[in-house]
Amino acid sequence: MGLIWQGLIEAVRLLLSGDPGVLAITWLSIKISGIATALSLVLGIPAGMALALTRFPGRGFLVAVVNTGMGLPPVVVGLFVSIFLWRSGPFGIWELLYTPIAIVIAQFVIAAPIVTGLTIAAMQQLNPRLRLQFIALGASRWQMLLLLMREARLPLLAAVMAGFGGVISEVGASMMVGGNLLGHTRVLTTATVLETGKGNFEVAIALSVILLALTFSVNYLLTWIQQRGRAS
Amino acid sequence: MTAPILEGRELRVSYGGQPTLDIPQVEVREGEVLAVIGPNGAGKSTLLRVLGLLEAPAAGTVYYRGQPVLPSGREGLAIRRRFASVFQEPLLCDATVRANAGLGLWLRGTPAAEAAGGVQAWLERLGIAHLGDRQARTLSGGEAQRTSLARAFAVRPEVLLLDEPFSALDPPTRAELLTLLQALLRDEGCTTLFVTHDREEALRLGDRIAVVAEGGVAQIGPPGEVFGRPASAAVARFVGVETILPGRVLTDRDGLLTVQVEGAEIQAVGSLAVGTEVLACLRPEDLTLKRPWGENHKDSARNHLMGLVADVIPLGAQVRVELDCGVRLISLVTKQSAEEMEVRPGAVMGVTFKATAVHLIPR
Repeated sequence: MGLIWQGLIEAVRLLLSGDPGVLAITWLSIKISGIATALSLVLGIPAGMALALTRFPGRGFLVAVVNTGMGLPPVVVGLFVSIFLWRSGPFGIWELLYTPIAIVIAQFVIAAPIVTGLTIAAMQQLNPRLRLQFIALGASRWQMLLLLMREARLPLLAAVMAGFGGVISEVGASMMVGGNLLGHTRVLTTATVLETGKGNFEVAIALSVILLALTFSVNYLLTWIQQRGRAS
Repeated sequence: MTAPILEGRELRVSYGGQPTLDIPQVEVREGEVLAVIGPNGAGKSTLLRVLGLLEAPAAGTVYYRGQPVLPSGREGLAIRRRFASVFQEPLLCDATVRANAGLGLWLRGTPAAEAAGGVQAWLERLGIAHLGDRQARTLSGGEAQRTSLARAFAVRPEVLLLDEPFSALDPPTRAELLTLLQALLRDEGCTTLFVTHDREEALRLGDRIAVVAEGGVAQIGPPGEVFGRPASAAVARFVGVETILPGRVLTDRDGLLTVQVEGAEIQAVGSLAVGTEVLACLRPEDLTLKRPWGENHKDSARNHLMGLVADVIPLGAQVRVELDCGVRLISLVTKQSAEEMEVRPGAVMGVTFKATAVHLIPR
């Protein structure tokens, strides 16, 4: 128990003193996971809408692939992204392995199916007749899609939360493709793993408290946006 | 003659290989309310969607003011924006009543300041101005449908498409909204395509009535004509003719025909050749029940039959009586007279109807 207590005290001290190393790691985590989530939204929302709103041969197969992807183990993603970015791999020429971009790519691969899958679910829970109603009110195709997104904004925000939550907290892929290089690719999760391994529990606890606080703040903000107007 | 505002020619629609609609020609004329009635699944709503440029037919063409148009593309969108629709479900957005009522204007790019005035005016005319800031999901069914109507009227449509707008409402709300809609249509004079399965709604609102049955237009014309002189047994049944008797014209005396139906001879007015096979149609409200040995046996009705009461079904203020006179006849009488005449199953009753009340459809 003493260990945990000491760890918590150290964590508070690290947080309050604004340790530059810890701040840098935190900021890098936010940047990498934020960019990866944003990219997954750019792909996942249109893809999810297309899969939910259209019918074409092979659609069922694609939805099954997306649903499988929602549970993709980060280490598997890390492995394949590593292979692709390896010096002798197909994209080795770009020398991306062990860079923040490599982590963004891996996290994008993890988040995109989550966002896509939840977008499909969000669209399918809307009344299917809404589309006809919007068209009948004079909506163009783009206006109709925009209105559907607006109608599904609450579950879509849940998709954003799940996507961000999935990548900010994963460790396997970041470790494998980023290499946990201090000041370069070390993020909150990989740093926590390292400090725990070294027996620096107080630092590890501090890092995990920051991680928890970060996830909580982002989710609190999104939940607040989501629930605003729900009160009435 | 000017071109009709909407016209469909050689329209064909099929779902899953099943033909749903097959209509050689149908038109909606400028300024009229065309009520489309017919049983469920007859293709009424499909017809509305095709004419309203919401669905492309498998074959055939829709003309807007004489010009062929497709639902897709810029032109289709531009013309669709002259229409507005109200469906059975109000289908409102998760937003305030005011925002919902203004949605059509927003989609058309109407400046917000300009739209606000119009929306407010329509909220007031539909009696929901006090609900303007309420979230649409908190509305009752009637309030939601009023919002949907405000949303449609706010764009000042050239053509209003109404697809069973009152079917999901409780009877008092429905009656209220029907009266309101009647007044709005009269004031606005906008061309309306009104789909309903309710005869009374069609009679109240329709300038013309189209009966759609089995994917085709079985009859189209003024209400009096469709209800009084149905063109087929299917139309007759749908417009409330409850007695349809197969028979044959026996004699013709200056237009007064004697028709042999199974078990009886009845007299009808018409111009059909002797020997023509016919269906004799009788509306239940045209049949008068009498006490069999009653005092006032003399009246102008040409047809007097006697029979046994087979069934008595109370319908609120009225009673539906099924009589077996060798032929089955259905009559509607007021509850009061049914009680006075002691109409009950097994009782012997007389029934009279005028020769003009019999409508003959050649078979």
